[in-house]
Amino acid sequence: MSAGAPFPESVPRRVLDADAVDTLVRRRARSHRIGRWVIHALLLILAAFFLMPLVVMVMTSLKSMPEIRTGTLLSLPQAPNLDAWRSAWSEACISISCEGLSGNFVNSFIIVIPSVVLSVGFGALNGYVLTKWRFPGANFVFGLLLFGCFIPFQIVLIPMASTLGFLGLSGSYAGLVLVHFVYGISFTTLFFRNFYVSVPDDLMKSAKIDGAGFWAIFVRILLPLSWPIVIVSVIWQFTNVWNDFLFGVSFAAGDAQPVTVALNNLVNTSTGVKLYNVDMAGAVIAALPTILVYVVAGRYFMRGLMSGAVKG
Amino acid sequence: MRSSARLRRALPLAVLSPSLLVIAVGVYGFIAFTIVVSFTRAKMFPNWDWVGLRQYPRLFGNSRWETAVDNMLVFGSLYILASSVLGLAMAILLDQKIRAEGVLRTIYLYPLALSFIVTGVVWQWILNPGLGIQKMVRSWGFETFELRWITDPDLAIYCIVLAGVWQVAGFSMAMFLSGLRGMNEEVVSAARIDGAPMWRIYQRVIIPALRPVFLTAFVVQAHLAIKSYDLVVALTQGGPGLATQLPSTFMYSTTFTRNDMGLGAASAVMMLLAVAAIMVPYLYSELRAERPAS
Repeated sequence: MSAGAPFPESVPRRVLDADAVDTLVRRRARSHRIGRWVIHALLLILAAFFLMPLVVMVMTSLKSMPEIRTGTLLSLPQAPNLDAWRSAWSEACISISCEGLSGNFVNSFIIVIPSVVLSVGFGALNGYVLTKWRFPGANFVFGLLLFGCFIPFQIVLIPMASTLGFLGLSGSYAGLVLVHFVYGISFTTLFFRNFYVSVPDDLMKSAKIDGAGFWAIFVRILLPLSWPIVIVSVIWQFTNVWNDFLFGVSFAAGDAQPVTVALNNLVNTSTGVKLYNVDMAGAVIAALPTILVYVVAGRYFMRGLMSGAVKG
Repeated sequence: MRSSARLRRALPLAVLSPSLLVIAVGVYGFIAFTIVVSFTRAKMFPNWDWVGLRQYPRLFGNSRWETAVDNMLVFGSLYILASSVLGLAMAILLDQKIRAEGVLRTIYLYPLALSFIVTGVVWQWILNPGLGIQKMVRSWGFETFELRWITDPDLAIYCIVLAGVWQVAGFSMAMFLSGLRGMNEEVVSAARIDGAPMWRIYQRVIIPALRPVFLTAFVVQAHLAIKSYDLVVALTQGGPGLATQLPSTFMYSTTFTRNDMGLGAASAVMMLLAVAAIMVPYLYSELRAERPAS
């Protein structure tokens, strides 16, 4: 941080009489009050901007199509009902099958759970080795791993398609789990490595003197301390894998498609009359799991986000 | 005895090796593979019909690619600029000892938890001229109000900017806010005692001191912009016409629907180079700065 530049112009000091000081103080207090009012108004306008799409999405999903045509975005639903939700969940037609998003919703969980477990598990071990069993070039290796966080995934689509075909995993859940594992460990390694760097080495030294080995130190000393970063990594990976579209659309065949791909197909490729209420209900369904995670554990979500950007 | 000691020394590397292998193949090996494919005439499947660098002049002479790059420049610069400015403004406003800060922060940040597909679907609905904002404002009595960005080839790219900024502005806010909170209080209070008005303290002292955060925000947003794909697919499908095609959508359609894999690989390489030009110097300086400490 640059040290604060010296202030070029300071206010000239005048000798003021008591009355003048009094008016000055009062004027300052008033401008302060107006300032506070403006700040609060701006904050509320911003809150409305960020909330509006969510409100519109939920309200539209509770309306019927005639009501959508006669009303406007922000008119309250006259007879709120879950018909559109039922349709989006189990009846809406996506390309040729008319079974709604429920199957894809389950698919997303089938893909997300093993991807998260694997990438977080290996990330923890990698972080442990890279900080507590340092070897020459450990930082370089970390740098190489880190680059995986930032590559545009277009660069791996072609070889990944060939590789999944070669392994016989094309279009399967296992294929997508593998893909998410490969491109998730860079992040989880980053999280655990930055967390374990701040765990004092002295804790380990005394355990080593007591004869504890590689695994004993990890399980008995580091893991019990790790739960905050485990939560951060799980949330990060859950959100990323759940929200993935590119890998899902590239590598998942019809029946194994995750919910993001199915939602996009529902909204953008279905033919016939557009059912906006069903589209919005589908969007809410696809968004619910990550929104829930965010509401319950927003603090950890934030930490993940920040450690991706700011080291610490 | 000695072999078990050697085993113990090798154990940490053995634990690391599956991940190293996976990254060596899945990141570096695959990058090399794509580069090689970009030197071939591959169509539907990779093949080794070598054409040297010929795909690259083909790429640069391709008008769809040119459009995609132009769109990226417009989208990327506006996206970075708008989310940085909005994020900084939000952070400064929130840093004024606001009682409801926690609630407001939660509201500003929740879009980050959403899939770009959800964001695209919702904004497509909001920007729909027939039923969205345009209809709503007209129903308030402004009969001639127009908001048809999404159907106008000249303006559709701003829909992508708008939805993208809506989604990530909270992220820059969080970065700036943590920068503000980590700032040396003494500098600020010294300036305050000098009698300078608060806006001038922000202008002369606080914002210049946030320079490292600006850099981080730039790097994060720039690489997000280059990688943007889902949002365009869900919001405009790259249209109307080619109006919102980006390099990412060009790569996908060229490779997988037009079956021109060599050209698609060349476009992916260009995307990687763009990201690397931003990320490599940044990561290098971050890791170097860290070394003396650890």
